[in-house]
Amino acid sequence: MAVFILKRLGLALLVALTVSFISFSLLFMAGDPAVAIAGENASSEDIALVNERYGFDRPMIVQYGDWLGSAVTGDLGDSWYFDIPVTELIADRLTVTMKLGLFAITLALAVAIPLGVAAAANPNSLIDRFALFLSVVGQAIPSFWFGLILIVIFSIKLRLLPASGNETWAHFVLPTVVLGYYATPAIMRLTRAGMMEVLSSDYIRTARAKGLRTRKVMFKHALRNAIIPVVSLAAVQMGFMLGGSIVVETVFALHGAGYLAWESIARNDLPTMQALILIFSTFYILFTFLADVLNAWLDPRLRVG
Amino acid sequence: MTFRTLMTGTALTLAVAAPAFANKADDILHMAVTKELESVDNYYNSAREGILFTRGVWDGLLYRDPVSGEMKGNLATEWTWIDDVTVEFKLREGVKFHNGEAFNADDVVYTINYVVNPDNGVKVMTNVSWMKGAEKVDDYTVRVNLNAPFPPAEDYLASVVVMYPNEYYAEVGPSGMATKPIGTGPFKVDKVEPGKRYELSANPDYYDSPKGKAKVGKIEIKTIPDMNTQVAELFNGGLDFLWNVPADQAEKLAQMDNRFDVVNAQAIRVGYITMDAAGAADPDGPMTKQKVRQAIYHAIDRQAIVDALVKGSSQVVNAGCAPIQFGCDLSVTTYDYDPEKARALLAEAGYPDGFEIDFYAYRDRPYAEALMGFLNEVGITTNFNYLKYAALREKREKKEVAISFQTWGSYSLPDVSAITGEFFTGGPLDDAHDPEIMDWVKKAGSITDRAERQALYSMAHAKIADQAYWVPLWTYNVNYVLSKEVDFTPTDDEVIRLADFAWK
Repeated sequence: MAVFILKRLGLALLVALTVSFISFSLLFMAGDPAVAIAGENASSEDIALVNERYGFDRPMIVQYGDWLGSAVTGDLGDSWYFDIPVTELIADRLTVTMKLGLFAITLALAVAIPLGVAAAANPNSLIDRFALFLSVVGQAIPSFWFGLILIVIFSIKLRLLPASGNETWAHFVLPTVVLGYYATPAIMRLTRAGMMEVLSSDYIRTARAKGLRTRKVMFKHALRNAIIPVVSLAAVQMGFMLGGSIVVETVFALHGAGYLAWESIARNDLPTMQALILIFSTFYILFTFLADVLNAWLDPRLRVG
Repeated sequence: MTFRTLMTGTALTLAVAAPAFANKADDILHMAVTKELESVDNYYNSAREGILFTRGVWDGLLYRDPVSGEMKGNLATEWTWIDDVTVEFKLREGVKFHNGEAFNADDVVYTINYVVNPDNGVKVMTNVSWMKGAEKVDDYTVRVNLNAPFPPAEDYLASVVVMYPNEYYAEVGPSGMATKPIGTGPFKVDKVEPGKRYELSANPDYYDSPKGKAKVGKIEIKTIPDMNTQVAELFNGGLDFLWNVPADQAEKLAQMDNRFDVVNAQAIRVGYITMDAAGAADPDGPMTKQKVRQAIYHAIDRQAIVDALVKGSSQVVNAGCAPIQFGCDLSVTTYDYDPEKARALLAEAGYPDGFEIDFYAYRDRPYAEALMGFLNEVGITTNFNYLKYAALREKREKKEVAISFQTWGSYSLPDVSAITGEFFTGGPLDDAHDPEIMDWVKKAGSITDRAERQALYSMAHAKIADQAYWVPLWTYNVNYVLSKEVDFTPTDDEVIRLADFAWK
């Protein structure tokens, strides 16, 4: 097991390194970082000064090496835009995104799994059709549009919830619904498909034949096996939510890490971008790893590998 | 654009019946900016959104009346030009910073000597690099020394060069100033959440400045990146003031005249087309031919684009500058919209069937597409390249761009040295490289005689138009949306002066 974990960690490090190198190169190709730092109205003299100050005139590979050297010691540098340590900047923003991601995935799982199970247990019924409808609509409507509709209804018309900011728990309700809804269809469809497959298998027939209660068959025998791919998907979705909550964070002015990542690209704020990529890829790897462990617990056959 | 219109329509329809929350009662004015500020420290911020914060919290030595254009004393009461490179200021006595520190000559000397030192790395060096430094004459008299004669010096001292408390800044530095800013301005800062939210309150001890005292008790400035969310917050009563509202949304809000006032004002930003006249991108390219450049001029119906897309109080300009800028001479050769003439000129230049070229832009995509539509009409087939500003600028500096749609905001400076002086003095973004124009513009930027400067800029603008080095397009405009309780009159320099806000 220790070898397995070490191998996984080594691989994770390699992935993070590759991602960081690629992103570093891509950001350099996106235009002169000095222009982005100095601003749209900067004169050529300003830009020359910035180039000199930040050492952008050095070869890209040297700059990458410098960054990597510092990153290894835990120093992710200062944000070129905000001029404060990246770690300080990210800590605050990441908390917001983590909260949003956790709320959203919890909501998505809480809605998608029971609905998927119910749909699988009653194929072609009203509930199955409703689940299908929800899933099609969920994938079809853009999240920013859905967000704005919720704002119009709950914030403007009913005045129940705030439309922007992240000061209280109430500020997270609408963004959680939007982001959670976005993750729901895939989880639900996979739960439904998995359940349908498992429910038609021999051991379920046997369990039913033995006279076990439907509830016990569904949740103890069927769901435990059907949920394995769902766990992997949820892990990927969670990783995706952390990095991909940009739209939701923008609409609700949440000032989280997703929005920061997006803005940092636009501003060519390389240190912030690099740090976020490192953190996001680490989380992604961590979630996948946790999903593997959870799956191994759910299905002892997987522990062999 | 269409989707946004649809969305705004939906929001407006659903929201129209909702009553407004009154913020006048609690005396807090709520406003939003779209962009996260890198820092609220004036010298470490380059965003326009920072200007309103800066002018509310700090003061400069001088103040330019935005309506009359008259230069008045602010932290200084009198000023005298000793010679072309030295100006002496008599400072106002009895002024206190928000932390109680008294304002005097030491603060001016410290601030100026700090910002001109390149080691301190202020963000926009051009705002300060024209000064050599400052020296104290006595407690309330200072001299500011310039590196060379610099005609817009007073404009800079009235806008971007603001005074910091020497003892406080020496202690806390830029990072401290960014979290707890201290100035002499009409508003003091109660709270800063970097990039997110700023709370200001009226400075009860504000001196008798031409800016005037604060007329609202508190101002809260939030960063809300999405304009639709800003509009939603406006309906919700969460915001009282929106800025830079796109024309289509502003038009719809204006129709709801029982709830909001929509005010439009010109901005100092202008749009223009650059062309590779000097042949740096392509020595034999079509842009090197004067007739082709003139054909491009004739091909575009600028007024039609202003009417259909840019809207507001924007106007077509014939010289590449904003009419409110000193030295902007608009009485130059004009080129009417005449596609037939454009085709004829192209044929005379040796392109009877037109030609194909890469067209670049970095903002206002719909405007760029409209421009291309007109060019395609006369046979100039344009391949669209829409890039980020940094990438396009780099390409232009590398001389890889033959034609592009650009805009420039002149740092809100009402003097053409901030635009003509930037692009026609042989720098990397000068596509004309016309020695005569370079001489005139450089000279106009280094003498102080206004009449002589005006004459030199007029000559330059006349030649730029005759040679069709640029196609000047239009001035930009800004839409401000105010709740009915707010009293505010915007000015043509796009500077929001917080002390001008009042309740009706």
